[in-house]
Amino acid sequence: MSQYKFLITSSPHIHSGESVQKIMFSVAGALLLPTLAGVYFFGTRALILVITATLAAVATEAIFQKLRGKPVTVWDGSAIVTGMLLALNVTPALPVWMVVVGSVVAIGLGKMIYGGLGMNPFNPALIGRVFLTVTFPVQMTTWINPVDGTTGATPLALMKMQGVPTDYYKLFIGNVGGCLGETSALAVLVGGLYLIYKGYVDWRIPVSYIGTVAVLTFILGKDPIFHILAGGLLLGAFFMATDMVTTPVTKLGRIIFGIGAGIFVVLIRLYGGYPEGVSFSILLMNAFTPIINRLTVPRIYGEVKTR
Amino acid sequence: MLKTFKGGIHPPYNKELTKHKPVEKAKLPQRVVIPMSQHVGAPCEPVVKVGDHVKVGQKIGEAKAFVSAPIHSSVSGKVVAIEPRPHASGAHVMSVVIESDGTDEVYEGVKPPKPLEELTPDEIKNLIREAGIVGMGGAGFPTQVKLSPPADKKIDTIIVNGAECEPYLTADHRLMVERPEDVVLGLRAIMKATGVNRAYIGIEDNKPDAIEAMKEAVKSFSDIEVVPLATKYPQGGEKQLINAVTGREVPSGGLPMDVGVIVDNAGTCAAIANVLKTGMPLIERITTVTGAGVKEPKNLLARIGTPVGELIEQCGGFAGEPGKVIMGGPMMGISQSSLEVPVMKGTSGVLVLQKSEVKTLEPMPCIKCARCVDACPIHLLPTYLGKFAEKGMWDEAEKYHALDCIECGCCAYVCPANIPLTQLIRLAKNRILASKKK
Repeated sequence: MSQYKFLITSSPHIHSGESVQKIMFSVAGALLLPTLAGVYFFGTRALILVITATLAAVATEAIFQKLRGKPVTVWDGSAIVTGMLLALNVTPALPVWMVVVGSVVAIGLGKMIYGGLGMNPFNPALIGRVFLTVTFPVQMTTWINPVDGTTGATPLALMKMQGVPTDYYKLFIGNVGGCLGETSALAVLVGGLYLIYKGYVDWRIPVSYIGTVAVLTFILGKDPIFHILAGGLLLGAFFMATDMVTTPVTKLGRIIFGIGAGIFVVLIRLYGGYPEGVSFSILLMNAFTPIINRLTVPRIYGEVKTR
Repeated sequence: MLKTFKGGIHPPYNKELTKHKPVEKAKLPQRVVIPMSQHVGAPCEPVVKVGDHVKVGQKIGEAKAFVSAPIHSSVSGKVVAIEPRPHASGAHVMSVVIESDGTDEVYEGVKPPKPLEELTPDEIKNLIREAGIVGMGGAGFPTQVKLSPPADKKIDTIIVNGAECEPYLTADHRLMVERPEDVVLGLRAIMKATGVNRAYIGIEDNKPDAIEAMKEAVKSFSDIEVVPLATKYPQGGEKQLINAVTGREVPSGGLPMDVGVIVDNAGTCAAIANVLKTGMPLIERITTVTGAGVKEPKNLLARIGTPVGELIEQCGGFAGEPGKVIMGGPMMGISQSSLEVPVMKGTSGVLVLQKSEVKTLEPMPCIKCARCVDACPIHLLPTYLGKFAEKGMWDEAEKYHALDCIECGCCAYVCPANIPLTQLIRLAKNRILASKKK
């Protein structure tokens, strides 16, 4: 019996089998739903954008890691998620080379310069998106109508500029103008609920975020259902405000994060210069994440008050 | 809603391997190695010499300090060595090695005491102390010390820990199914010794047969209640158990007695019952020998001092290539390098994992998913503590309550980035405590 050598490690000796890859690929899998909706409504140009953005994000990460002499870890799947999210957050009419620029900025400036996975304070896809918005304002706001591809306006812009409402059913299904992956509330919801079911998304953020927007718009005399279904709120609430790296680690902190982001969205949509404010609201709250964490450290079991 | 605590995890329990297997008496070992330290507190001093003949139940190690427990021979035979031997903790510990003569002759001093009704509280405590009884759930705190709190600590509740939340282990489960009346007898002795008239027996609901058996056994005692608990690790952690059963929280840095509670393991109660019935000190215990690495997993009643290798052989030996041998369960047990280490008073199980089950996982960057935060039963922020430990920021770690960590392993178990959080926090605790000693 003594011919065996036993491994000696400190407990625990078993592991859940959960992994970063599983989480990232599950998110990427869930993102396939809004991707498919985008392809359905906007055609192959949407598919080309998503694939290009993803490949560019992965390539950027690999190049950065090569240059720094670090191991290439693109197979953790995080760059795939960032690339997909960026593409889902741009107009389907965007020239392909611009989405490549966005991916490079998202991964390069949004993630790698901070030290890579887990170190970035801001959601990388949103960094890429905001960069594109300020750099290519015209191209980033050239919206097209589903199916026929003619230029049009987003429901939020129609409401803001002309006070024209959009049919709930169209919004729910996604048969409206807007970002590639945000138009179909249905696809986003199914994907998001899948992630909640898998335990990869904490329900607290989407619930507090969307809930805050609903309550505030209602109080301010607007149509809460329209504000939930239109624009990028659902996509942001389920897929970007829930990015683990850039959101609070405490449960209370996540609720505060959602409420804060909700307030920013309503402020921007109703009183700001832009028709949409989801990206900015999440980025702003990302900035608050460290302090939210610090202020919401849970009371430990048996904590004795010390003064 | 079943009673439970906040946090925790649901690992695969793997108790099917042994939960329906009645306890078997292990073969009498030919040679036992009995460490002089099997408990929290001062080690015992050997009171026998090499060459002495000893009998079953004879005291071989004397406890001089208050926080300690004497140690008895588990076989009859000749003392062949008194020297440091491998110990489950990984260290070498002074041990008495006894060569069995195979007669299993009982020491003359071992006789049943007066019935429980006639014993005074002090007599009960003395019996418990002299029988070398310690917490048998693993920690090994001397039971009599627990039963003698300082005068300013008013105890009003006794909790019997029958949760057995560690995966794989079924020693307490089988005990409660097979000898529920012994658990109750031991509990009644504890209640009498402490003058407490309220007791609970907490059992996870994955052991319905044990809950049934215990309920039946306490039928005639209105002051004892069986409390089914949610099956969740670490439900059997002392602090989690107290919280689940009474709603109270042991203060940080404090003990259960600070909230008026004494917790004793079901096995400890049965050991007390054994003393009351036969006078035999603690010389054997049920230990679950299990895991995919064992051919025929069993619950064995093993003499203290039996080398674990012998128990594995009695379970048909290794199945496949063994990768890890663990004393205790997979969450908090200690991995062993040698099969010579002996069964001790606190050895609730011997777990053998196959080589293919044992993986060394490469840590990745933390993605702040906060699974560890959700799992921590003490509500710590393990991700922060792990980072502080990696950077040697011991003061920060202390500020974030590293010392309150119970090392249950939940954080490391759930971490998708394979960060050894429990191990890092353990390191931080050691460093903080070491700096306090200076």
